[in-house]
Amino acid sequence: MMSKKTSQNIAFWVFRILGLVVVAILFWILGFIIYHGAGVINWKFLTTAPTDGMTGGGIFPAIVGTFCLIVGSMVVAFPLGVMSAIYTTEYAGNGKLVRFIRIMTNNLGSIPSIIFGLFGMALFVNALGFGDSIIAGSFTLGLLVLPLVIRTTEEALKAIPDSFRTGSLALGATKLQTIRRVILPMAFPNITTGLILSIGRVSGETAPILFTVAAYFLPKLPTSIYDQVMALPYHLYVIATSGTDLEATRPIAYGTALVLIIIVLLMNLLASFLRRHFGKKVKTN
Amino acid sequence: MEGILTVSGAVTTITILLIVVFLFREGFGLFKSPAVERGYLLCVNGDNPVRHLGPKDIKEVFDWEITDWSELGGPNEEIVPYRFEQIFDVYSDEELGEDYELLPEKLGEVIASTPGIIAFIPEQYVPEGMDGVKILRSDKITPADFFGGREWLPTATPAPQFGVLPLIMGTLWVSLFAILIALPLGLGVAIYLSELAGERMRKILKPTIELLAGIPSVVYGFFGLVVLVPLIQKTFSLPVGETAFAGSVILAIMALPTIITVAEDAMRNTPRAMREASLALGATHWQTIYRVVIPYAGSGISAAVVLGIGRAIGETMAVLMVTGNAAVMPHSLFEPVRTIPATIAAELGEAPVGGAHYQALFMLGCILFVITMIISVTAEAISKRQSNKGL
Repeated sequence: MMSKKTSQNIAFWVFRILGLVVVAILFWILGFIIYHGAGVINWKFLTTAPTDGMTGGGIFPAIVGTFCLIVGSMVVAFPLGVMSAIYTTEYAGNGKLVRFIRIMTNNLGSIPSIIFGLFGMALFVNALGFGDSIIAGSFTLGLLVLPLVIRTTEEALKAIPDSFRTGSLALGATKLQTIRRVILPMAFPNITTGLILSIGRVSGETAPILFTVAAYFLPKLPTSIYDQVMALPYHLYVIATSGTDLEATRPIAYGTALVLIIIVLLMNLLASFLRRHFGKKVKTN
Repeated sequence: MEGILTVSGAVTTITILLIVVFLFREGFGLFKSPAVERGYLLCVNGDNPVRHLGPKDIKEVFDWEITDWSELGGPNEEIVPYRFEQIFDVYSDEELGEDYELLPEKLGEVIASTPGIIAFIPEQYVPEGMDGVKILRSDKITPADFFGGREWLPTATPAPQFGVLPLIMGTLWVSLFAILIALPLGLGVAIYLSELAGERMRKILKPTIELLAGIPSVVYGFFGLVVLVPLIQKTFSLPVGETAFAGSVILAIMALPTIITVAEDAMRNTPRAMREASLALGATHWQTIYRVVIPYAGSGISAAVVLGIGRAIGETMAVLMVTGNAAVMPHSLFEPVRTIPATIAAELGEAPVGGAHYQALFMLGCILFVITMIISVTAEAISKRQSNKGL
């Protein structure tokens, strides 16, 4: 029979090792892609179109496309999400309705991204006749990140102490004025956190854009919101799986993966920096 | 202004409703589609009493698996499967006319003179109204064909097969095995984070987990494809490395952040008094963890498992890239499989809009939607139980 102390020691060492395993997995993935991708990325890679059947050249059209989709989806999701969050936190009280809305928001957040792709294709591409276009992709991605925007905005609004609301109301401001002049400006930095997290999410999503916007190869840059574009995640998928010469495209795939990871990680770091920085500020006020 | 706010409050609800409407409208269209490929009809000899055939029967007839009409409720007559192109072996282009205007007549003669024939003919060449020719009423694809079918051959002629079982089995194998890998690892890390880790280690681990959750699934897929797949192939000396196992490993990594975060939250919520009571009774820290903290956090941990499964079942790109995409019934973890989301992603681009294949893929979307709704409602119910306990 093992002593209590020994079994505790064994168990705790196992847990420590498991913790290290998780860190190791992250470093393995990141390290692998950085190691292979770092040599590929240079100014030319970032600013030229793919050439030679995508075995050469750069990823400029995909970067532009992803940028278009980020802007488009934020135009859709940000105002809608912020307004929805204002309604649930400031107006709707605490009744059954709010609970229902919150469950729905959670449910929307748990729907797999491929379903958004199907839905976007059925509604925006076919029923509304947008075709494969930036606008169809932006709506699809916008709805996908809506729950994220709503949740972070709600948290930002809830973090504002009630004394600010009552103070403003006591000075004779209407509820709407209070929200516009007091609550929103104060919550703004934290709402921005949600925006940045959404950008990170949108730039990495592949499944929703497969059938709504993404082009296999399109060196021409988009001129209107009804154009198709290339996008970084889809480009990575394409050159990783269906190139004619996989050996020749591997370096480009590593480079694309690294650019994608850099965008996503930068957004995450920026968001957590903002959260820490401004999270303190609200409290000390 | 306040009116607009109220409306936007309902935006997520409206979106879900729209998703349901569009998914199910397209999906259920499948059950109005004929079993035979669109644009074609099946004809038999006029004396044949068989009136209609299901998609599976048609396929087996043309695969020479069913060879006698008696198996289909007809006479003891050998079945002669006939594709209309065979007519060109017998007649020259001149004999069939410039625009093939004589083709229906010749086909009709063949059908009338062959008692056991079943002919697969484009609609415009069907010899309608000719003596000795009967057009077979094609069955609609039924829910039983779809949910009970063991073959997924969406582009097969004359009858595409939309049997969803291999895809469901593939999805279950990959995601359940992923959870088997992720659960011990995730629980261990959650215990470590909530009970043992010092401030410094938490500062490393927490962002690590956030970053793992932030990496796009296509990057996981790429990593799996260039690192895991060859590794698995070599380690287990398999013919191909793209297997259910590769998918499970990638999904396990992807589900880890969910499992760790939810389970850690649940364990942290264990009241201090309970821990202290246990320690005061002489239990070691470890005994307290596995006799008090883990049972207390039980429902939170189950919520973590359920959410992890949800994450795994819906994941598309990574699985698509590493599982090899063979839509067959899985027999072992070390064979290629195909999951529901991967099937949609791989095939929707090639399926003609509004066709049976397109509708079948939407039906797959419906299945996925229902599964994830059940999962998220279950997780909600479980974590509600957890929060009630805290009171």
